[in-house]
Amino acid sequence: MDSVIYDIKKVCFGYGNTRILHDLDLTFEPGMLHAIVGPNGSGKSTLLDLMSGHLMPTSGSMKISGTPVSDHSSPRLARLIALVPQEFDFNFPFSVFDAVLMGRHPHIPRFSHPSDKDMSLVDTAMKKTDTAHLADRILAELSGGEKQRTVFARALAQNTPALLLDEPTASMDIRHTLVAMTELKRLARKENRTVITVLHDLNLAAEFCDRIIMLNKGRIHAQGTVAETLTTDTIRDVFGVHADFIDTPNGLHISYGIKELP
Amino acid sequence: MTAVSRIQTARAGLIIALLAISLGVLVVIATGMGFIPIAPGEILGALWDGLRGAADSIDPLHQSVILEVRLPRILTAVSVGFGLAVAGTVFQGLLLNPLADPFTLGVSSGAAFGAALALLLGLTFFGSTTLCVMAFAGATITLFAVIGISGRDGELSPTNLILSGVIVSAILSAGLSFIKYLADERVAVIVFWLMGSFVSRTWNDLLLTAGVGLAGFAVCLYYSRDLNIMSLGTRSAKSLGVDTGRTRMILLLTASLISAVCVSVSGIIGFVGLIIPHLMRFVVGPENRWLLPASGFGGAILLLTADTLTRAVLPHEVPIGVLTALIGGPVFCWIFSRTRSGKRHG
Repeated sequence: MDSVIYDIKKVCFGYGNTRILHDLDLTFEPGMLHAIVGPNGSGKSTLLDLMSGHLMPTSGSMKISGTPVSDHSSPRLARLIALVPQEFDFNFPFSVFDAVLMGRHPHIPRFSHPSDKDMSLVDTAMKKTDTAHLADRILAELSGGEKQRTVFARALAQNTPALLLDEPTASMDIRHTLVAMTELKRLARKENRTVITVLHDLNLAAEFCDRIIMLNKGRIHAQGTVAETLTTDTIRDVFGVHADFIDTPNGLHISYGIKELP
Repeated sequence: MTAVSRIQTARAGLIIALLAISLGVLVVIATGMGFIPIAPGEILGALWDGLRGAADSIDPLHQSVILEVRLPRILTAVSVGFGLAVAGTVFQGLLLNPLADPFTLGVSSGAAFGAALALLLGLTFFGSTTLCVMAFAGATITLFAVIGISGRDGELSPTNLILSGVIVSAILSAGLSFIKYLADERVAVIVFWLMGSFVSRTWNDLLLTAGVGLAGFAVCLYYSRDLNIMSLGTRSAKSLGVDTGRTRMILLLTASLISAVCVSVSGIIGFVGLIIPHLMRFVVGPENRWLLPASGFGGAILLLTADTLTRAVLPHEVPIGVLTALIGGPVFCWIFSRTRSGKRHG
């Protein structure tokens, strides 16, 4: 599998007169788990939309392995990048198995049936996300966390060098969250993939991610390792809360509080 | 593939085969029914003679009743039913709306307006096909207007399409009411045309509807997997490699053209395109590769049954749109309530 490098230069984006992202300069390299953090409305999801080719930058360049994202055809892009969106809808009574198999769509030629390789990737993805026992259930009837695991399985089955995830564990229980984050870390470290995930839970970001990009009001406030980016100062400046760092047997834990309540 | 989905695939194939066979049997039975009853053996003989181009084995009167009167009408009803149900399936899949049908984008209002205009002004520049041509022109102009209003961003989002379809339809309905008001004594002709009928259809009508219907069906089937994936919403479908804007445009044009041809030949026959896709989704599931053919055959069966009832069983011809709802409605209610009660709650 090719590895993928994202090269983002001077990217701006806005709707009408509302500027959402200002002059972003970023690089995402393979082999690392990147987290994008920031308060509501800081432009995290918009950045993922630009990176997945769903939106086009107002100005600046957004390249994936040297080629502008918009120059790739949709099928080609789908073989490079898998997306786990924040919101997903299932409009017809497809089964969990059908939905995960859809992840193989960009790899299956139009008049072909899924190959043994497709089937084994679907199988592995479902085992990794603990959705195998749900295979024949109708998507719409699942719980929120089970739906999210199905979408996660679909992205794994897509088997792309880059993965973009928007709050992939927001509805998952504690155990499935840790399993999913461990898998993302494994994909980045062991399989040299470029994995970029938006996270709200700073503790999760601190525990699993190699690099943190902290956005605030559409600009990069801080980027670098966990120690460089998640500090009492940055958290106060960006999120407006007080943070304490506590050493626990499970690693460093960030505890938050609002000092002066209005 | 899991064992269950393999069984589902086999089951879907079997259901489609059964529907196709039922349709074939129904065509033969329907051809035998009417003012002059004809035995099934004789019908098959006439068909064989017709194919060979010779006519010697059966009564020439029966031969001409079968080949010149009944078959064109019956097969036109079959094609229109097939086309409307396939178009309805595509519209529901594209617009992600269970209330969508072949006429959601105003194709029917456009056709109605065109036909009513032809009837009001007594236009005859294309001879007997003028009505058909005007209806088709009305339908396609409306379609392009709706796409033009909603498709400026190249994405054709379902919400925009439905909204512009509703607006354009509302304008045309007002125009239609005005034409009816102007038409005085000719209003009955317009009203009857609007309710749909297969009376005295010819081989040309059949060729047109079957040709466009089958070609359109092939296009829809070609994009069936993309249509499955588009049910996940635009963002997810794009990330799975579906060029959503382009696919939507192609499928909308195809399904609308099928509907436009059907409407121009038979008038406005509602219900088939709305209910049959739902009915078949209960039976064969949401996979469009199976759903499209199953809906096609289902629509053909419903429309042929309705047309045969009005032609050969009832003492007077009743508008076919009324019958499709009267037959299809209860069947739908029965299957709908059965599926609901079979499901767990929560």
